[in-house]
Amino acid sequence: MLESLLTQLEKQHLIAAFALVGGAMYLSYIVSDKLTRGRVHGSAIAIMVGLILAYVGGIATGGTKGLADISLFAGLGLMGGGMLRDLAIIATAYGVRFQEIREAGMSGVVALFLGVIVSFVAGVAIAYAFGYRDPVILTTIGAGTATYIVGPIAGAAIGASSEIIALSIAAGLFKSILVMIMTPMLARHIGLDNPRSAMIFGGLMGTTSGVAAGLAATDPKLVPYGAMTATFYTGLGALLAPSVLYLAVRAIF
Amino acid sequence: MVIYGVALLAGCMLVGLWAGDVLGMLLDIDSNVGGVGIAMLLLIFIGGYLSDKHKMPASTESGITFWNGMYIPIVVAMAASQNVAAAIDGGLIALFASLAAVSASFALIPLFGRSSKKKPSSDAPSTDQAPLSAPSVASSHSRPTR
Repeated sequence: MLESLLTQLEKQHLIAAFALVGGAMYLSYIVSDKLTRGRVHGSAIAIMVGLILAYVGGIATGGTKGLADISLFAGLGLMGGGMLRDLAIIATAYGVRFQEIREAGMSGVVALFLGVIVSFVAGVAIAYAFGYRDPVILTTIGAGTATYIVGPIAGAAIGASSEIIALSIAAGLFKSILVMIMTPMLARHIGLDNPRSAMIFGGLMGTTSGVAAGLAATDPKLVPYGAMTATFYTGLGALLAPSVLYLAVRAIF
Repeated sequence: MVIYGVALLAGCMLVGLWAGDVLGMLLDIDSNVGGVGIAMLLLIFIGGYLSDKHKMPASTESGITFWNGMYIPIVVAMAASQNVAAAIDGGLIALFASLAAVSASFALIPLFGRSSKKKPSSDAPSTDQAPLSAPSVASSHSRPTR
């Protein structure tokens, strides 16, 4: 009987992945609520759980696709693969209005570009300091330092290895957690008390989950403004990292 | 119908990724150049245009917002299927890189501080801020009231 259940789970692997991720997210949001009192957003904990599971799967199988190497969890590879990931990230852009972006004016646009480039350069500099010299690796880690979405997009586009992509996700994840924790602590010092500054903040930081959670802990009214520019950041990063920034890195190193 | 929203989203993605491929060929780099970003911009403009024309009924919209809501779960699945075991050796890079990026980004905020202080706070909306209606992202969060 148990065997037929396992067979069924293997057959319906994508559906099983939906159920597994749903369960993991449910537990993560409980942990976020009870243990961190919402300070670390549930989504960040869920992603961390995903990375831990991938580590366990990788150790158990010696494969390169984390938990997806275990046939029971093969659906995770499809669910988290490039096709559905790109569809979902594009969907987040829906509802963002160009007119509203214009309200943040030139400073919002400058913040967006500056935010992407500064994070990218910081990531490249640290990777360089750790001894990496390959432009593909430097670019992928720099892109991941922008956000954990841009890292895999850039990495996949320029042909980075899975471990470097995992590293770039980890960098983006750390960034998201840091923003969640530091935003409410620094909000008063940086004048984060109106929609305009929230938009600039979202454009500079980028990491949508980090900005949304950090602003929620500061003033829930500011969340949509920061989240909107943060969403643009991801698009801009996905546009710049595998193209202009990669070419720049390749020209320098 | 829900499928209209999904189809619009899919269409934007296909056109965006195709444009990214073409751009990559033109720039002579063997990769997709920002296809996802182009697709997002397409969705912003086409989606915005259609909803301005009241051609986006709730059911059509839900075909897009469903995938919007699946964004974090898909990222979780993506994280769970990466080669983390091999990356763990380099975990310190991830930590230092993010620390450097976040510190630098926070340090930049005062550069924009003057422009934000010039504006009155959110309690007293100026003419500049008044037309700033809550972005539709707000629908999933609390709507800002002023």
